[in-house]
Amino acid sequence: MREFARYWRSLRCFWGTSLAAELEYPLNAWIELLSVLGNLAGSVFVLQLLFGGGPQLGGWSWSGALVVLGLYTLLDGFTTCVLQPNLSRIVNHVQTGTLDYVLLKPIDSQFWLSARTVSPWGLPGILAGFGLIVWALLNRGPGAPSGLPAAGPVLLSLALLLAALVILYSLWFVLAALSIWFVKVWNATEVLRYTLVAGRYPVSAYPPALRLLFTFVLPVAFLTTVPAEALLGRGSAIWALGSLLAAWLCLAGSRLLWRYAQRFYTSASS
Amino acid sequence: MAGPIIRASGLSKTYRISEKQPGLAGTIQHLLRRRHRDVLAVDGISFTIEPGEIVGFLGPNGAGKTTTLKMLTGLIHPSGGELEVAGHQPYRRQARFLRQITLVMGNRQQLIWDLPALDSLRVNAAVYGIAEAEAQRRIGQLAEMLELGQELRRPMRKLSLGQRMKAELLAALLHEPAVLFLDEPTLGLDVNAQARVRDFLADYNRRTGATVLLTSHYMGDITALCPRVLLIHQGQLFHDGSLADLTQRLAPCRQVRLELADLHPPEAFAGFGQLEAHQGHLVRLLVPRAQLAERVAALLERFAVVDLEVSDPPVEELIGGLFRQRDSSSEASQ
Repeated sequence: MREFARYWRSLRCFWGTSLAAELEYPLNAWIELLSVLGNLAGSVFVLQLLFGGGPQLGGWSWSGALVVLGLYTLLDGFTTCVLQPNLSRIVNHVQTGTLDYVLLKPIDSQFWLSARTVSPWGLPGILAGFGLIVWALLNRGPGAPSGLPAAGPVLLSLALLLAALVILYSLWFVLAALSIWFVKVWNATEVLRYTLVAGRYPVSAYPPALRLLFTFVLPVAFLTTVPAEALLGRGSAIWALGSLLAAWLCLAGSRLLWRYAQRFYTSASS
Repeated sequence: MAGPIIRASGLSKTYRISEKQPGLAGTIQHLLRRRHRDVLAVDGISFTIEPGEIVGFLGPNGAGKTTTLKMLTGLIHPSGGELEVAGHQPYRRQARFLRQITLVMGNRQQLIWDLPALDSLRVNAAVYGIAEAEAQRRIGQLAEMLELGQELRRPMRKLSLGQRMKAELLAALLHEPAVLFLDEPTLGLDVNAQARVRDFLADYNRRTGATVLLTSHYMGDITALCPRVLLIHQGQLFHDGSLADLTQRLAPCRQVRLELADLHPPEAFAGFGQLEAHQGHLVRLLVPRAQLAERVAALLERFAVVDLEVSDPPVEELIGGLFRQRDSSSEASQ
């Protein structure tokens, strides 16, 4: 319990100081807001083109696809808030040798590296994603149940969203941790971020080969499609279990890899 | 604590490095089939350090100082030998061990660049689980010793190098460690700032009884702070003792500098000692310690001496000379 209190106090200090540092540059907020709105408008436009051929795409309705897009926007906001600012620093720590200071603190080094800072500039994305989901659920068109879903699907989709966040975090952390061996892995994390853009649209909208890739190799399906299906009341127990299992595996894998990687850390020479 | 606080026995570290030939062909070969070579950075060194000692760690670049320091702090695994610091095996990096040590590196910062040091200090207090009030008390005390005041409230980027180093020291000592590892803590500081950092370290050691292991390129740091030095060269411990002993060991001679009223040819000094320099009226001789008095008396009798000075040769020159000598002899034997 005392350990938990120490970590909680550390986290509050981490985020308090990093918000103070970020707010030294307030212009960023407006730029980020514009970029989120621009991206969102572009995606909605593409979706509208796709749905021009008919009311269904890979078994998904227009409003269902908007829920997926909303979830993607939300995850992207989370990435900007937490993943990007922290995990992109790991490479830097390895290159400059300041990882030494992290490793010498009496606190879990993965916790420090993953939670040291927070950036407020992802908040517009999180809010926009949330708004789009609510709007899409309220406007499901003729034939579909209207209004907000019941508590059951909402809770399930929240659990799956949490699983999605864990998966995304673990993948990103693993790539960043590889910098212990390869030092310059920043490009690899960029590739990851752009692959995840595929999560903007329902997985079933892609050709079968890509569908397999996005489910079993890069778990894009678990990030947006699976929580969206739960929210729309179409969740299946197997997919839900698979999602939670995938999250647990990814997190455990990232911790194992980090422990292993530290043995190879030689620290930058002075 | 009874017994030594640091105990190293047969400590060694081998790095595996890959080698690349220059040029495109070398790069392709490097990609396809890497050639590895083992480099022995630290070669079986043994020493013990008692609680409260200040020990200087000397050696040229690449001697294995930093590697040893990193093994002592637990950042890298030793390849062989035994090591115990504050009752722990460092490489396991247990929280109880980490709370007892600190590392300060003159060329790397831990404080946040854009924020005042006080913000970073709050983070450290939280991480080490120091209560707010206690942290405030310690910050106040250390700030007074370091002569830091309003500087702690200014963003780090606005501080001078010397002020930043003092703030780094404060951050490194907030958890009251028992063992301080300092890697070039005065790097790049001007003479005044160096002196203040030295005074602080001596004062801190006196007040808290903390053990200090210090590396520095500035001989001034070592002579001012360290009654004992460990001299490491090519991964091996060459000397463990006082700086005076080291000087005596490296230089069994004293340096005699003469300013003469008249000009004399170099041959005139044969029999008085080894002629080191001969420029007009200025002459420098190396004289064995045992015969110093009689030789100086003879010099005064033989020449019209305007000025005379007897000193130890500068220790940097002695160490530098020793290493050049050993490097060339080891090259010759290869």
